[in-house]
Amino acid sequence: MAESVAAGRVTARKRRVHKDAKGWVFVGPFLAVFALTFLAPIGYAIYLSLFREQAFFGGNVFVGLDNYVEAIQDSKFWDAFGRVLVFLIVQVPIMLILALLAALAIDSLRLHAAGFFRIVIFLPYAVPGVVAVLMWGYIYGNNFGLAADLNDLFGTTAIQPLSSHWMLPSIANIVTWEFVGYNMLIFYSALRTVPGELYEAAAIDGAGTFRTIRAVKLPALRGAIVIATIFSIIGSFQLFNEPNILRTLAPNVITTYYTPNMYAYNLSFAGQQFNYSATIAIVMGIITAIIAYVVQLRGSREAL
Amino acid sequence: MSTSTATLTPATATSTTTTRKKKTGTSPLRPKRSPLLTGVMVLYLIYTLVPLLWLFISATKTQNDLLSSPGLWFGKSFAFFTNIKDTLTYNDGIFLRWLGNTVLYVVVGAGGATLLATAAGYGLAKYAFAGRRAVFAVLLGAVAVPGTALAVPTFLMFSNLGLTNTVWAIIIPSLVSPFGLYLMWVYATDAVPVELLEAARIDGAGEVRIFFTVALRLLAPGIVTTLLFAVVSTWNNYFLPLIMLSKPNLYPLTVGLTQWSNQATGVGAHPIYNLVITGSLLTIVPLVVAFLLLQRFWQSGLSAGSVK
Amino acid sequence: MKFNRRIRQLVVAGAALTALAVVAACGGGSDNSGSGSSGSATTGSVDAVDAALKAGGTITYWTWTPSAEAQVKAFMAQYPNIKVNLVNAGTGNDHYTKLQNAIKAGSGAPDVAQIEYQALPQFALPGSLVDLNQYGFSQYESAYTASTWAAVHAGNGLYGLPQDSGPMALFYNKQVFDKYGIAVPKTWDEYIAAAKKLHAANPKAYITNDSGDAGFTTSMIWQAGGQPFKADGKNVTINLQDDGSKKWTSTWNQLVEGGLVSQIPGWTDEWFKALGDGTIATLPTGAWMPGVMESSVKAGAGKWAVAPMPTYDGQPATAENGGSTESVLKQSANPALAAAFVRWLNHDEGVKPFLASGGFPATTADLKDPAFVDKASTYFGGQKINQVLTGAADSVVKGWSYLPYELYANSIYGDTVGKSYQSKSDLNTGLKAWQDALVAYGNQQGFQVNG
Repeated sequence: MAESVAAGRVTARKRRVHKDAKGWVFVGPFLAVFALTFLAPIGYAIYLSLFREQAFFGGNVFVGLDNYVEAIQDSKFWDAFGRVLVFLIVQVPIMLILALLAALAIDSLRLHAAGFFRIVIFLPYAVPGVVAVLMWGYIYGNNFGLAADLNDLFGTTAIQPLSSHWMLPSIANIVTWEFVGYNMLIFYSALRTVPGELYEAAAIDGAGTFRTIRAVKLPALRGAIVIATIFSIIGSFQLFNEPNILRTLAPNVITTYYTPNMYAYNLSFAGQQFNYSATIAIVMGIITAIIAYVVQLRGSREAL
Repeated sequence: MSTSTATLTPATATSTTTTRKKKTGTSPLRPKRSPLLTGVMVLYLIYTLVPLLWLFISATKTQNDLLSSPGLWFGKSFAFFTNIKDTLTYNDGIFLRWLGNTVLYVVVGAGGATLLATAAGYGLAKYAFAGRRAVFAVLLGAVAVPGTALAVPTFLMFSNLGLTNTVWAIIIPSLVSPFGLYLMWVYATDAVPVELLEAARIDGAGEVRIFFTVALRLLAPGIVTTLLFAVVSTWNNYFLPLIMLSKPNLYPLTVGLTQWSNQATGVGAHPIYNLVITGSLLTIVPLVVAFLLLQRFWQSGLSAGSVK
Repeated sequence: MKFNRRIRQLVVAGAALTALAVVAACGGGSDNSGSGSSGSATTGSVDAVDAALKAGGTITYWTWTPSAEAQVKAFMAQYPNIKVNLVNAGTGNDHYTKLQNAIKAGSGAPDVAQIEYQALPQFALPGSLVDLNQYGFSQYESAYTASTWAAVHAGNGLYGLPQDSGPMALFYNKQVFDKYGIAVPKTWDEYIAAAKKLHAANPKAYITNDSGDAGFTTSMIWQAGGQPFKADGKNVTINLQDDGSKKWTSTWNQLVEGGLVSQIPGWTDEWFKALGDGTIATLPTGAWMPGVMESSVKAGAGKWAVAPMPTYDGQPATAENGGSTESVLKQSANPALAAAFVRWLNHDEGVKPFLASGGFPATTADLKDPAFVDKASTYFGGQKINQVLTGAADSVVKGWSYLPYELYANSIYGDTVGKSYQSKSDLNTGLKAWQDALVAYGNQQGFQVNG
């Protein structure tokens, strides 16, 4: 019964749209600002990527696709890309599953003090980056920090969060800590839109907690899961803040090309290689967009 | 924080809340609270709280204590209130100026972003106009390009427009939240029943009027979520103001606090970690307040989503 | 409904505004402005500078120097017809990024900016700074130490007046040395012996911290007599395997490979902690360090002392580490007034407030002033530290120059030499990798690099 109600909703969805160009009235304002702040700089970056300029002596030369050829053969770029790919495959599922479980737990009405959990889990996202260096410097510090205390406690020196072997997990930990709450809220607010009748119907049907989750809640979360996944993929490919924070603590472990985004950033800011930096950004954008699009197509039932 | 500590201990919470909870039994609508589930969640809570605890404890320390006492315990002196006073008065009270700037950027930027994203998400979900697919593709493609690498092109563009070193350099980019649009698109798809819109059209209401009178109310939980994300991301916006602004009296808190933190570096270094930490803690407080104010809209979401 | 209407008005207004902006962006966005080096060559003399002071006006000054506020206040009190907008646009790289962006954009740069010696060529060579020779500032040469005077030059141009200097000395924790019976090292061999003895006696203590720092490495090569970077216009030579470089690595390798230096990065809170509690026993660093220690390492008061830098042969020799100049930007609308302000800051009345804030002078008169030299420091247990530090200023090895793109070089140091530090292996491998990367970059940017 519960499943058939859910299925009914899906067929109802297909009739939902109103064929009318008036939609532009609603989309237009957003797109105007979007064009200025996203599309124009990207257009400019594409233009830049076709040239090569020398920072010290000027001389802007049109080089066609040379920068792209260089990028595709650039071992630093692929090194960085491989790193974020590993990060993506391992960290994103862990984070999203934790967020999903937290959202279901808070929404289940079975939790004591659910409101308290909701805000505390979200809080890490609100910590400003500048203090994150001090905070993680303390937690990961193996001279005076928590890591040193744990090592002393167990009489080892095994815990070295800032060493090269530990670094990627250390970054993954920070990202998870920050973003579980973020994704939890996406899921939680999606659960809030589930109509009460669906639960009543499931209850009349005698569905237990887990059956209700499977038959009512998860289908309702589908859209939210797809967005959370897409934005997590984009976030992973654009990984920047967290390694950049840890770089002040472990300058030799985190190279200037630790992630593709850091590479593009450092090319541009330290090396004034704006053309090549723009090229890296565009190449990365294309790869990311393709993967995100595939996820969107596979994830959403409705064909857009 | 004082309101949350009241609900912190589960044992007392159960006994006081049972009066509110009329339903008994294991009905999925009003299930029993589960100590096991709460216990598991408490474990996760600890993971979340340890770094925040460090932040809170550190805010009670003087600069000297920060360097000489263990991280997760209090120092010799309890300097919490002195730190707050010093943070607010340091450098002629520049912190308050930064706070004011941040509030301005958040109110205009995040408020505008929510409005634009809500309208656009609704438009995409409920109207089958030509070019909808293209909008989606362009959006996804643009968001996929890493923004930090575009900072210099963006700066040069804004500089040509004469926008650098003005509040508009911060506000205009904050008005766009592709994530918010995406979120509202998905919400609008599910939460606004087409029957209701058709009914309103039969009554002769215009499309814009339908949006403001019918759709907005139904979208409330989604709007609140979008607003919250927009508020936090504008509040924490660091990179863009760093590039765009070179007038300290326009800085938001994030850039200002980083400037304080950088005092610990190089010739003439004079670290004021205690103020950086206290300032960061103070920066989080308004976000907590915003969260607490906004969260009641999720509660009403359940009924708002249902249609008669 | 009133509320709704207001929102609608807002939406319409917002849309109009953004449409306007988009149109403007399309006009301006595609304009690829050059490197901003087209500023007209202003001619002038000392008279022009003096006249500008009389005429008055407004200038903007970007700096992160702590004493700047007091200096600017004093300047405006002395010249009420001049207004100086003091801006802290960031520290170090943030500051340079903004400066570079403003230069590239062609507007928005200040009239006067603080620039560290190592960064000066990177701004001077592309023509972003005003050559102060045109105002006859070369006449002030005798006022400054030879090493700082050399540091404000790039090619034949004079691009600022020295603000401070940082001749290196050995700061050491006397309490730790006494506790473990370690004598103050006079040579690097003795220093290594001290490092071993200390770490053996207390495995948590290290002779110093070095997690790989470009500024420190270049200063140490400088002290060892190396001249790895030479530039003459477009022609650049890089040799990080010259005699001086190898001399340094053969010493420092022993510390790095032996795990005898702490890997705590400088300027972090752990570092300040470690300086206070004896974890880090010495710091070979610039003469500006006492000011930092007094304000930031309170736990070290009474424990620390200063000695001349250890050397390779026991003869006095040291290098500069850190230090800044103030330069006039080409974008300045009133370069003569900006130059006048620079002269006031670093040659005239501005020097005193700078020294009062704990800065170390570059001016020979102050370095010889008995009131300065013979001042006893309470923090350093009553030691007359300036006797040691001014002595160091006299023994800076001559002939050093930084790369024309030192900022870039420093940014990739961690990718190359940092790897050697991380794996505790031969620093020469890292230096070679650094050199290769710098040669490739230089050639790409239009230099003719040999290396």
